[in-house]
Amino acid sequence: MTQQGVRWSADQVLALAPDAASRKAGSKLGAAGPWSEAGSSDEGTVWGLCKGSGSKPYQTIVDIADVSGPAYKCSCPSRKFPCKHALGLLLLWAGGEGAVPTAQAPDWAEQWISGRRRRAEEKSAADSPGSGPGAGDPDAARRRAERRAERITAGATELEQRLTDLLRGGLAGVEQAGYGMWEETAARMVDAQASGLAARVRELGAIPASGPGWPVRLLEECALLHLLGQGWLGRDRLPDDLAATVRARVGLPVSPDGPPVRDNWLVLAQYDTADTRLTTRRIWLHGVESNRTALLLSYGAAGRAPELALPVGLTLEAEVSAYPGGGRQRASLGKQFAPPAPTAIRPPGVSTTRAAARYGEALRDDPWLESVPVTLERVVPVPDGDSWQLADADEDTALPLTPATHHRPGLWRLVALSGGEPVKVFGECGHRGFTPLAAWPADPGPAVQLC
Amino acid sequence: MPQTPAPAQAPVPGAWEELVTSALLGTERRTPPGHAPGRAAPTALLDAAAVETVRRRAGLRPARSAERLEPAPEDPRPPLPAAAARRLTMLLADRPGTAGGGRRGTAPDLMELLPQWLAAANARGFAAPPQTLPALLDAARGRTDLRPATLTFAGPRALWLARLNPDWRFALRAAPGGGAALPRPEDTARVRQLWEEGLFAERVALLAALRARDAAGARELLASTWPTERAEDRLMFLDSLRTGLGPQDEPFLERALADRSRNVRATAAELLSALPGSALAARMAARALTCVSVDRTGAAPAIVVEAPHECDADMERDGVVPKPPAGRGERSWWFGQLVEAAPLGTWPARLGGRTPEEIVALPVADDWQSELHAAWCRAAVRQRDAGWARALLGSPTAPEAGGPGAVSLAERAKLLGTLNAGERAEWVAGFIATHGLSEAFQLLGMCAVPWAAPLGRAVVDALNIARDAGSYPWSFSGVMGLAERCLDPSEAGRLDGLLAIPDETEDASPGAGGYWAEAFQRLVTTLRLRAAMTEELGAP
Repeated sequence: MTQQGVRWSADQVLALAPDAASRKAGSKLGAAGPWSEAGSSDEGTVWGLCKGSGSKPYQTIVDIADVSGPAYKCSCPSRKFPCKHALGLLLLWAGGEGAVPTAQAPDWAEQWISGRRRRAEEKSAADSPGSGPGAGDPDAARRRAERRAERITAGATELEQRLTDLLRGGLAGVEQAGYGMWEETAARMVDAQASGLAARVRELGAIPASGPGWPVRLLEECALLHLLGQGWLGRDRLPDDLAATVRARVGLPVSPDGPPVRDNWLVLAQYDTADTRLTTRRIWLHGVESNRTALLLSYGAAGRAPELALPVGLTLEAEVSAYPGGGRQRASLGKQFAPPAPTAIRPPGVSTTRAAARYGEALRDDPWLESVPVTLERVVPVPDGDSWQLADADEDTALPLTPATHHRPGLWRLVALSGGEPVKVFGECGHRGFTPLAAWPADPGPAVQLC
Repeated sequence: MPQTPAPAQAPVPGAWEELVTSALLGTERRTPPGHAPGRAAPTALLDAAAVETVRRRAGLRPARSAERLEPAPEDPRPPLPAAAARRLTMLLADRPGTAGGGRRGTAPDLMELLPQWLAAANARGFAAPPQTLPALLDAARGRTDLRPATLTFAGPRALWLARLNPDWRFALRAAPGGGAALPRPEDTARVRQLWEEGLFAERVALLAALRARDAAGARELLASTWPTERAEDRLMFLDSLRTGLGPQDEPFLERALADRSRNVRATAAELLSALPGSALAARMAARALTCVSVDRTGAAPAIVVEAPHECDADMERDGVVPKPPAGRGERSWWFGQLVEAAPLGTWPARLGGRTPEEIVALPVADDWQSELHAAWCRAAVRQRDAGWARALLGSPTAPEAGGPGAVSLAERAKLLGTLNAGERAEWVAGFIATHGLSEAFQLLGMCAVPWAAPLGRAVVDALNIARDAGSYPWSFSGVMGLAERCLDPSEAGRLDGLLAIPDETEDASPGAGGYWAEAFQRLVTTLRLRAAMTEELGAP
């Protein structure tokens, strides 16, 4: 495997930045000035010394060929991940052969790289016999799982009681009741180790303040929560896949059980959502051969970027394993066979009508699903009063954009890219509307990120 | 997505609305139809609502499309080279306010390089990548000085986009006629129509554009409606004659000297005095010459000034303002205006055949020197007379050039503007070599970018001296910033010796050496970046 021709673009590097401040700081370091002894190896490692404010330069190493996405190491004290030095180094490397020549890794870089490779081999060796050493006594594990299930059952029963009380008294009263009652219920669900239920309850609390039409939305969410509670209590009678969906939705830990699918995975989009407790990163992949779309999830503690970061617009040859339940959308990234490489491939698209139907079909496997990933073929962004929609270039139909989209800079990038002409758009299509995440111009050109 | 379930699937029309009403009021007060009241009613309601919610979501269909937009006009310019497009993304990512301020460190200030990048891209005629237009418009929105170059680069699609977002309305104002193109000068019928029917801003833009292409045609267009224009409009239109001013404009300007508005008269007089061959210039010369003579009675010849005793009606008609500003004497005020408007070419004959250098060197009796020299400076700037400007500037290495002399720094900067770029750079280089950087900022601003080699060397040497003198670099942050943007990138190699942290001497400010090294690193990094930027865009 060789580095020739696979240097990334500045956009792709900047997409790895955990936040806007890091993006800016990294851009500034993407020039030769502060760097010395920078180099890269054919195995996909980039290193360099960056002059910082101290006397000793920071040692920065990035392993872009790592099996679990790019890995970073920097001697700076930053808690950002990747730090600005790693971003700056990658930008420098993306700039071309001149600034970061192919070279032999210095000792300090070599130590870290060989250490990583060794640990990775040990890990895969340890994984192969089946159960890892951490599994411990299977009987004890089973007893723990049973105790947890009992707690969740108690929590779900209590939640059902609260929902019943709520509906008996009427939703009109909750507008005055405020946030407190939901917070308390959510805390009870955390106690019951049902984090999925707790998150849904917290979202319920925000609905009465969410503007006109809130009673409809509140009833919908209460009903779906009831459905989930009932699903848990009656999970023994559900088909396997649906039961797995319920377990995952309630908040039980799940691990991927699907067979590893080796493919060229095109990274379609990567974006973060954060609440006060957790930063969630979503990465959408499209399998070029399998024509599958997979979702990678990665979490970080509040205010910290999740570790997994993939360059949008590149393909990586890798194995991906699906999680059970939820229409098997979620997956985990397994072994990676080559560093991410640029590609001209675009996912095939569908019409707006087909996209709406696809969401409806997906609800069969997972009635709690908010949206499905869809690529729209030949659509034009069109203003519709105060909002926007994606109109089918060849039909008289259109998908409205989700209200949140209207305040994002991505909307204007999409409108500018289109210029009133049809473009291809990837995004999430759900009951709130369509959220565009990436778009391709009509003429050949790389994907434009919208998130 | 619109909440329109497929009608065929709806079991009971309005069933969902019934459920919402019952849920709002509570099952104690209202039981949904088809369900029994009592303890099980809430559960039954939730069951029904769950089924209905999933059914409604599964049945969603696309909406009807709204009216399509008119597509953006074609941009025929070639696309940016890939490397240049990446660079633009990085320059635009460095937006102010995205990170905390504080010390500048060694990293280049990318936003400050955007103007140069835009100028270079425009010179080569590249089209902006469409997806960068929002960031470009946002950048131009925050910085008015960036707007012309940004909008040129952003092209027709940016105007199309600006019509859709109120935040970018400034782009439509900046483009005359809301983005509609001005008629071509050959299209006389449309020019005529826009001139007679257009809004004021459109007419100003039209006149300016026409004047640049066809000076006489623009003047004739203006003359055709001149008597009917309002006074403040006349002033603005007259101002546009500055472009391409020539002797052919004299008859029109002479007539404007009789204008009803005093401001119009003054502007006409100023324009005429910039034409050394004009009748007004000759009248002013005759007046000025009677005020100035050489006195040979003393040991050395000296200039004697006899300021005018009155400001008569003819002087007023020629644009002399009779009333001085507060704190100035009437006679010196009138005198200054006469000398300023007199052609400089008339002075050697009047003052004994001396060259401008010799005239400037003559002593001036009775404290008239500053008044006389300042008026000559204004005349040299107005008449763009490089010979006189050179004489008035004097030698850059003269001791009085650095201090408060007869000619202020602001006047020097203006005088420099009349010299060619090479001479200008050489003069400023000499000035810096003698007087250092503390007074040089304004003068450096007059020099062409990138700086000529002697000037660049002088600045770097002066910075080096300032460092060795032990001061902190932020005393020179203005010049440093200019150097980052204006120094020729090929000079970067010469700076390598300055990047190390020098040993701290006893009289140096604590830690200054480290800050200087940092400042020089930023300078070198920025120069390298500018070299890369230019290379990525290719030859112009």
